Amino acid sequence: MGRILVIAEHDGASLNASTAKCMACATAIDNEGIDVAVLSADGAAICDQAAALSGVAKVLKVDHEIFASQLAATLAPQIVELASDYSHILGPSTTFGKDLMPRVAALLGVAQISDIMEVKSAYSFQRPIYAGNAIVTVDASPERKLVATVRTASYKAVSSDGSGTIEAVEAGASFPTHTRLVEIKASSGDRPDLQTAAKVISGGRALASEENFSLIYSLADKIGAGVGASRAAVDAGYVPNDMQVGQTGKIIAPDLYVAIGISGAIQHLTGIKDAGTIVAINKDPEAPIFEVADIGLVGDLFEIVPELEKQLG
Amino acid sequence: MQKILVCLKRVVDYNVRVRVKPDGTGVVTDGVKMSVNPFDEIALEEALRIKERGAASEVIVMSIGSAEAQQQLRTGLAMGADRAILVETDEVVEPLSAARAMLATIEREQPGVVILGKQAIDDDNSQTGQMLAALWGRPQATFASEVVLDGETATVTREVDAGLETIAVDLPAVITVDLRMNEPRYVKLPDIMKAKRKPLETVSFSDLNVENEHHLTTTHFAPPAQREKGVMVEDVGALIQALKDKGLV
Repeated sequence: MGRILVIAEHDGASLNASTAKCMACATAIDNEGIDVAVLSADGAAICDQAAALSGVAKVLKVDHEIFASQLAATLAPQIVELASDYSHILGPSTTFGKDLMPRVAALLGVAQISDIMEVKSAYSFQRPIYAGNAIVTVDASPERKLVATVRTASYKAVSSDGSGTIEAVEAGASFPTHTRLVEIKASSGDRPDLQTAAKVISGGRALASEENFSLIYSLADKIGAGVGASRAAVDAGYVPNDMQVGQTGKIIAPDLYVAIGISGAIQHLTGIKDAGTIVAINKDPEAPIFEVADIGLVGDLFEIVPELEKQLG
Repeated sequence: MQKILVCLKRVVDYNVRVRVKPDGTGVVTDGVKMSVNPFDEIALEEALRIKERGAASEVIVMSIGSAEAQQQLRTGLAMGADRAILVETDEVVEPLSAARAMLATIEREQPGVVILGKQAIDDDNSQTGQMLAALWGRPQATFASEVVLDGETATVTREVDAGLETIAVDLPAVITVDLRMNEPRYVKLPDIMKAKRKPLETVSFSDLNVENEHHLTTTHFAPPAQREKGVMVEDVGALIQALKDKGLV
């Protein structure tokens, strides 16, 4: 048994919800204490949020101007500097964690377990493979440090009633200069974040155009939902890439998921299987989406969606 | 001019519905169609386009796996790669050992860019490219949807949760590609014939002085939990009522 280090994800101002979900996974592992590392340019506010997460013993506040850009190339060597006191190092299975954690593992010369969905014991975990068509149990050796990412859709965020301490740590790694951030173009607007929204409405190829997606946005705004899309809709250029739900996009677990004009390829279904209630609206009664839907409605989305919005009004 | 190294993994074809063996020892692969991991195919397409623009001298494809992976390397050669290297083993290869074998190949070949898929659709790990970049001490540009090479650097657009991120990396570097980077070309019959005459070299882990270490053990395979069959409703009114009953609207 040892201490667990959770790597915080943040945008420079506040903590990402994925960190509270990693904490939920960490608390399911036998441990001698869970600490959170916040690597940022000025981490005071983020560290306060991290220290409040239930179960956090200590927040390691590592401030350095180079962390204004959250690049794996510069974050990884610093995490290696912090790693000596820990048996497990966890990050979220978001694009941030997927990029960063394998770089940490390789610098430490150890394996990584990706996408933990269930903890069997401190060194045995379940994770999905083949787009969720199989769930494997993977055992790691207690002789080595374990680096892992947490499938955030499998965990509920811990509460924010904790009282961890904050400890400033001097940034001590040697940082490469071979990687530089140019810009980040965030495409999402005022709608709830897809990965944390309680309700999500997604559109598929059947929307047939970028303009028609306004039907989805309008309905989503009516019920305060986030908006997602199938890979087919993203590939067709109807919506930007960050809206893709599925094996190679976002894995989400909202209370309500409404799939509109989405046939339900296995790669899409793997991204929504932890949703509370799945509603499917599709004109093809044989569409695979109906096999997983809790409530199904067969019909033309161009009639159903406006009617739905009207009746909800 | 620089060489480009592309890594191809042999995986169960994208269209196969994978099933777990009843005894929980693995998934059914007997008689199942095998293909190049689709993300790696996109990686190769990008490398070929870079070469066709005159920004690379040679495209080398490599794979790590059983002798059957020669088929996927031949596919890569038919697409237009110049030569192929197979690191042959019948053992399981974890991402860290795969990255070490790739690094040993890099040290021999000295490519300017290494391109591979952002994940393989069998293990869904998304680790090998990042691990390779770490071991090599070079930049990584993961989940790329666009690459612009400019002499000593590459400017790469990445698909991240927040939207699109652009980074500049010094070469050599490792790039892992996302789905929307390009649409891979179809292989034509004459190219398949031509590919048979292109060089395909087979080496072993020991030839590369790399140990195929195993840190993890997969002890059990299970089918995913099934959701219970739901109800079909007749119209919008019934849908809204069902949602109200569950307290969702």
